[in-house]
Amino acid sequence: MLLLQVIVGGLLLGAIYALFSSGLTLIWGMMNFINFAHGEFVMLGMYAALLTVLWLGGGPAIFGFTSAFALFVLGVAIYLSLIRYVLRGPMLSQILSTFGLALLLRYTAFFIFSANFVSLPQTSLSGTVDVAGILMPVPQLVAGVVAITLTVGLHLLLTRTAVGSKLLAVSEDRTAAMLMGIRPDRMQMLAWGLSAAAAGIAGALMATAYPWSPSVGETFGLTAFVVVALGGFGSVPGALYAGLIIGLIQAVSAFWFGPIYKDIVVYALFVALLWLRPQGLMGKA
Amino acid sequence: MKQNVPLRNAAMVVAGLLLYPLAFSEPFYLDIGVTFLLAAISASAWNIVGGYAGQVSVGHSMFFGFGAYAPLLFYNLFGWPPMAGIPIGIAASIVLAIVIGVPTFRLTGHYFSMATIAVAELIRIFFGTWNLVGAAIGLQGPATARGWWDLTFRSEIPYYYIFLAVLALLLGLTYALERRRFGYSLHAIKSGERAARSLGVPVQLTKIRALAFSATFTSVAGSLYSLKTGFIDPESGFGILISVQMVIIAALGGAGTLYGPLVGALILIPLQTATNTWFGGGGSGLTYILYGGIIVLIARYEPGGVFELWHRIAPQRWRAKSAT
Repeated sequence: MLLLQVIVGGLLLGAIYALFSSGLTLIWGMMNFINFAHGEFVMLGMYAALLTVLWLGGGPAIFGFTSAFALFVLGVAIYLSLIRYVLRGPMLSQILSTFGLALLLRYTAFFIFSANFVSLPQTSLSGTVDVAGILMPVPQLVAGVVAITLTVGLHLLLTRTAVGSKLLAVSEDRTAAMLMGIRPDRMQMLAWGLSAAAAGIAGALMATAYPWSPSVGETFGLTAFVVVALGGFGSVPGALYAGLIIGLIQAVSAFWFGPIYKDIVVYALFVALLWLRPQGLMGKA
Repeated sequence: MKQNVPLRNAAMVVAGLLLYPLAFSEPFYLDIGVTFLLAAISASAWNIVGGYAGQVSVGHSMFFGFGAYAPLLFYNLFGWPPMAGIPIGIAASIVLAIVIGVPTFRLTGHYFSMATIAVAELIRIFFGTWNLVGAAIGLQGPATARGWWDLTFRSEIPYYYIFLAVLALLLGLTYALERRRFGYSLHAIKSGERAARSLGVPVQLTKIRALAFSATFTSVAGSLYSLKTGFIDPESGFGILISVQMVIIAALGGAGTLYGPLVGALILIPLQTATNTWFGGGGSGLTYILYGGIIVLIARYEPGGVFELWHRIAPQRWRAKSAT
């Protein structure tokens, strides 16, 4: 029964991994570009939620929205001021740009918020529910369900709407998309906004259930790499399955080997994946 | 005349570095000098694979950490002189280079960057839990020298000249490699992998050899670091900021150029010392904000670093003189 509880907890956390990783995979799939600052976006989403609660008050519905909005704006701003220029540049610039951005965001957060762990004040989400003998804290449950819903929603947005088709067109063939009257620059800007917003909401959801500090961004960024590598680069459904799997593996290895080993197991899995199946579970070779 | 220019440049650099301890003999300045040399060695080592081959590693601390742990580990286990651990660190780093290089070099450059950062983190966390290597507390070196072979000196000057010799060896080898088939192959790979392959360059093998060479000297840099400080823990060996420093120094000076890392270290190390002094103990956070800002600006405006900037803005007559 305890193991079952651990498994459910892992899947609920994995749902949040899926949500922020789908943002990373969107950028990778469209621009063949890795955002090393993606984990920092999640971290900023958490602080955006905290500041909203402190300044405006209100519940999860409000700070979920403000986190998403703040990060959407940040994503667009970063695209316009930095990414669109380095996309055409050499590989060194592409990697350095977001790597430097990650340092800049992480240590600015350290400077402003200090290295101490913080958590949200008690929100309207609290207590536990008992489902068939498994005790589930309400914040985790709500966060997990919302995260899955939003990830599926992102997938539907990309596959079922006109905007999604335009995004897909740009990722398949930039020039052809341009000839069809789509502006690639605008679509890529939108993708950066959506990607950062996904990270921001995921951060806000995670903030309801877990304490955090500015250094969590590094761990989340690496977790997102592993999820995307497992799910296949550019695949949102892949990120969903892989996020759940990684959450599960983390929870079970923390339960069996001890909490410090959960990241070791996940990173070791990443190295094994690179050797055995670099295109990911869902990806094509 | 043309052959004399690189030789003259090298002679000037060497003379300047040889004479530095005589001109600045206070411990404060000697310490800056030693820090500068160590930073220049690790950045020059990174430069082989990150600059010349264009494969951007953001986890080179894994090789640095192996090199740093090996001397102190075997000293603690068997009482070996720390020096004896250096080749073991090199061997471990080369094995690690192959383990990472073989799968990732088949894929595009982004995979390599992601793999390096993930593996460096993996090793850092793992060393923090492993009791044999002191877990989170780390390892200590000999407190007092049992003999000269322990390489434990009270003065900074012996370290300075040992580091300088290693740097000279590394730059000499790099200079020689630049002019051989290996160097041209690296250049071809950086400019276009597909084209290089079509011209018969063994792309995969060349990249792995470049990574192994780079790992060797990064490991040596780590060993020199732990020999001098006599202490190592997971953060000072494998921390992400160790990798960051190599990348930023090489990119700032000019990645893929012989003297780029030297120029980068010449700018960054005094800057780092100054910010740490100005901002006091809590200043390290501000130092890294500065690092992040510099990296972003290089990526956005001047991927070629100071070297390229100089070549673009320097007046014609200066350029003609300094051209090699």
